[in-house]
Amino acid sequence: MTTADYLIKGASLPDAKKADISISNGVIASVGSEFKGDAKNVIDAKDCVVLPGLVDLHTHLREPGREDAETVLSGSRAGVKGGFTAVSAMANTSPVADTAGVVEQVYRLGQEAGFLDVFPIGAVTQGLKGEALSEIGAMADSVARVRVFSDDGNCVSDPLVMRRALEYIKKFGGVIAQHAQDPRMTIGSQMNEGEISARLGLKGWPAVAEEAIIARDVLLADHVQSRLHICHLTTAGGVEIIRWAKARGINVTAEVTPHHLLLTDDLASSYDPVYKVNPPLRTEADVHALREALADGTIDIVATDHAPHPTESKECEWQEAAFGMLGLETALSIVQKTMVDSGLMNWSQVADRMSIAPARIGGYENHGQPIVVGSVANLVVINPTQEWTVDRDLVLSKSSNTPYHGHVLPGVITHTFFKGAATYSNGTITSVGGK
Amino acid sequence: MSVALSAQDITRALTRISHEILEKNQGSANIVLLGIPTRGAHLATRISSIITSIEGSEPPTGTLDITLFRDDLRMRPPRAIMPTKIPTSGIEGKDVILVDDVLFSGRTIRAALDALGEIGRPRTVQLAALVDRGHRELPIKADFIGKNLPTSKNQSVRVLLSEIDGRDEVTIEEGAEL
Amino acid sequence: MRHLLSIADLNKSEAISILDTATELARVSDGAVKKLPTLRGRTIVNLFAEDSTRTRISFEAAAKRLSADVINFSAKGSSVSKGESLKDTAMTLQAMGADAVVIRHSASGAAQRLADSQWMSGSVINAGDGTHEHPSQALLDAFTIRKHLGMGASDLAGLNVAIVGDILHSRVARSNVLLLAMLGAKVTLVAPPTLLPVGIQNWPATVSYDFDSVIPHVDVVMMLRVQQERMSDLFFPNAREYSRYFGLNGERMASMKSGAIVMHPGPMNRGLEISAEVADSARSVITEQVTNGVSVRMAILYVLLAGGALEVGSN
Repeated sequence: MTTADYLIKGASLPDAKKADISISNGVIASVGSEFKGDAKNVIDAKDCVVLPGLVDLHTHLREPGREDAETVLSGSRAGVKGGFTAVSAMANTSPVADTAGVVEQVYRLGQEAGFLDVFPIGAVTQGLKGEALSEIGAMADSVARVRVFSDDGNCVSDPLVMRRALEYIKKFGGVIAQHAQDPRMTIGSQMNEGEISARLGLKGWPAVAEEAIIARDVLLADHVQSRLHICHLTTAGGVEIIRWAKARGINVTAEVTPHHLLLTDDLASSYDPVYKVNPPLRTEADVHALREALADGTIDIVATDHAPHPTESKECEWQEAAFGMLGLETALSIVQKTMVDSGLMNWSQVADRMSIAPARIGGYENHGQPIVVGSVANLVVINPTQEWTVDRDLVLSKSSNTPYHGHVLPGVITHTFFKGAATYSNGTITSVGGK
Repeated sequence: MSVALSAQDITRALTRISHEILEKNQGSANIVLLGIPTRGAHLATRISSIITSIEGSEPPTGTLDITLFRDDLRMRPPRAIMPTKIPTSGIEGKDVILVDDVLFSGRTIRAALDALGEIGRPRTVQLAALVDRGHRELPIKADFIGKNLPTSKNQSVRVLLSEIDGRDEVTIEEGAEL
Repeated sequence: MRHLLSIADLNKSEAISILDTATELARVSDGAVKKLPTLRGRTIVNLFAEDSTRTRISFEAAAKRLSADVINFSAKGSSVSKGESLKDTAMTLQAMGADAVVIRHSASGAAQRLADSQWMSGSVINAGDGTHEHPSQALLDAFTIRKHLGMGASDLAGLNVAIVGDILHSRVARSNVLLLAMLGAKVTLVAPPTLLPVGIQNWPATVSYDFDSVIPHVDVVMMLRVQQERMSDLFFPNAREYSRYFGLNGERMASMKSGAIVMHPGPMNRGLEISAEVADSARSVITEQVTNGVSVRMAILYVLLAGGALEVGSN
């Protein structure tokens, strides 16, 4: 028997069974009771859970155009620290990822960095303007093999444009990921519209501006029989609409961000723009509805909407500040805190929401695979019994706009494996995964 | 705690001060009594009634709050401002008699002189104090004194007046003033 | 107390003590003493990143009457208008030795950001931040009401106040609702539904769309300015319809209680929310509000700066 590259000893699988897992030549070589052979690296995982490597369907890597905030390289490093083996890079870069050229550039940057798979998302409309379709076909057929299309940052608000886009992507096996925000109702909006915004004198972003678009789009998706994905769902009303749509067999999926599972709009009372995000933090009632929906599968996946911003964009008055929070490095801990430790979900469901389902929606073949012999070894090992304190000066992202600075979070990621090589190991970024 | 002045002592002292004021100023024609709140204001009112009963006419009487002119404001939390009521006849060319309960460092009177300076130009400014407890930090003296009370800096003088405290009494207590 | 960012920073007794201090200071200003040495040697900066003449001059007069040095940093022509960040402006002021900054800014929360930041160490006084609050305006409004209708009481218990106009965008309304309720008055907000914020149900005030039914029962009618731009933003169809339903004209004024007063924070849109007849009538205390503003702002500066460091509001 050849020596395995890695042996993960005594870990819990997502279904809670204990196993030794060995990795050789980029794949899982064995899964089962006590491994008897040799291994170059042995990892004592007795208190740990092994999950398929996390897949983020919603990340902003900012390159090309805003390399001061993040690059594909720095974002990849942040990703592996957070247990990710694949991230989908949103298209609102500069230039916008609306051509084969830009998506291939982003794809290549991800390959060169080599820490995880970067799957570029293509813009639905040229320049994200919401008027003319971008070269969806060219992007789908490019080396980047784009399947997810999104104008995120902007809403595809014109109903005719959205209809045509939903129809057109059918040819390419694609899915439209909609950032649901009616632009007319949210001009200059700063935070959730409600009691808090009324008191603080900040212009409100009403829940109905999100829900109205979701309602319209699920009906459109049904009418033209196409695939729709709703980005960052934030309201109880939106959850109801998705539930209704799924009950009718409409092909819609939905995501929720970790921050919307935990944080609420009263945090804006300090006027600290680290809490300014789009869509905004909502109310306790919304948080509860989102958690229940993630638990029962109405919401299919967790996606971070990792949105790095340089310090000067956050160290100012609220209305001048940029929208967005970091998310990659804290996502799994937040999900453990809000969903597992609260008893709403088990680790098997976490594996589904954070790896299997996003991989399926994005069509990412080597990700979200069952932990069985022969699968590509994209894995994350987490110790749920340990805690860690978030320090914004120690994040791997180039930016530091995390809302959790100083928070103590449960769940320490000990290792991340990409194609059978450890990319993250006990606090340090290790090897380059290789092509 | 020891009693330095009883109610009767206070009454006698105020009567004597009233006579001395009239003697020094040759009557009450040109005087203005300004009490420094809180207790100085009540004392000024009492002196005013005594003078009225002697002379048959009431001298112009008012209050002068000196809080805004203090030099030690920053050493404590913000103090409430008390009323300042200058009689309508004003102070220009008048003999202003400042009335206070205790003369100590002299800083209150210094502030009162600054306050008066902003209002006008009296002919003279005189000071009547119920108690002089020594320890001056500025070259200030009283013209009319109820009682000289030698004290140490580790003691404090408490003046109680019936208008506010229900009874008249002056006591010396251990423990420096705050 | 180091800062005055919102009426919520004060409790009832602190608010009343500011009003009482202003009463004494007003007497000082009316009387022979025009200048007090109380804040001599202190530097107060007016950081007006949003245009305002009235408020800035009022704070400036207040500071100067207390012998403070005043530096004006106003929007036009300053580095603020050239895009300098609030942070850099604040650090410049700190380098200049500002003991206090009176800040007016178009962004809600700007005063709090300045106070919470490490950029400067002086007191921050909110002179109006976006659509959030304008505490000194509410204090001078309460002072004015107390002076006319207080009957010697220290607070405003038992009085009925109507605030009429663009509540949604009004920092004056927000501060006034908080302060008037704190002082025991009953507040009714009158506006078209489009100009009332969602989430108003928990405010300590009642809401009415019907000005005519509210007017005969109130002791104070406080009119708010309505901006012309609100029409193009679809808040109401046109000026005529707004005035017809929510304008204070002579006919409405005639149905006011005897002794009731008319207030307005200024500047007025004569003919839109308030008619010239009303603005110039005997019921109007609008110009007096401006005078009272100086005394009240002197009181605020005194309470924040004259004493030593003790945080009001830390119970």
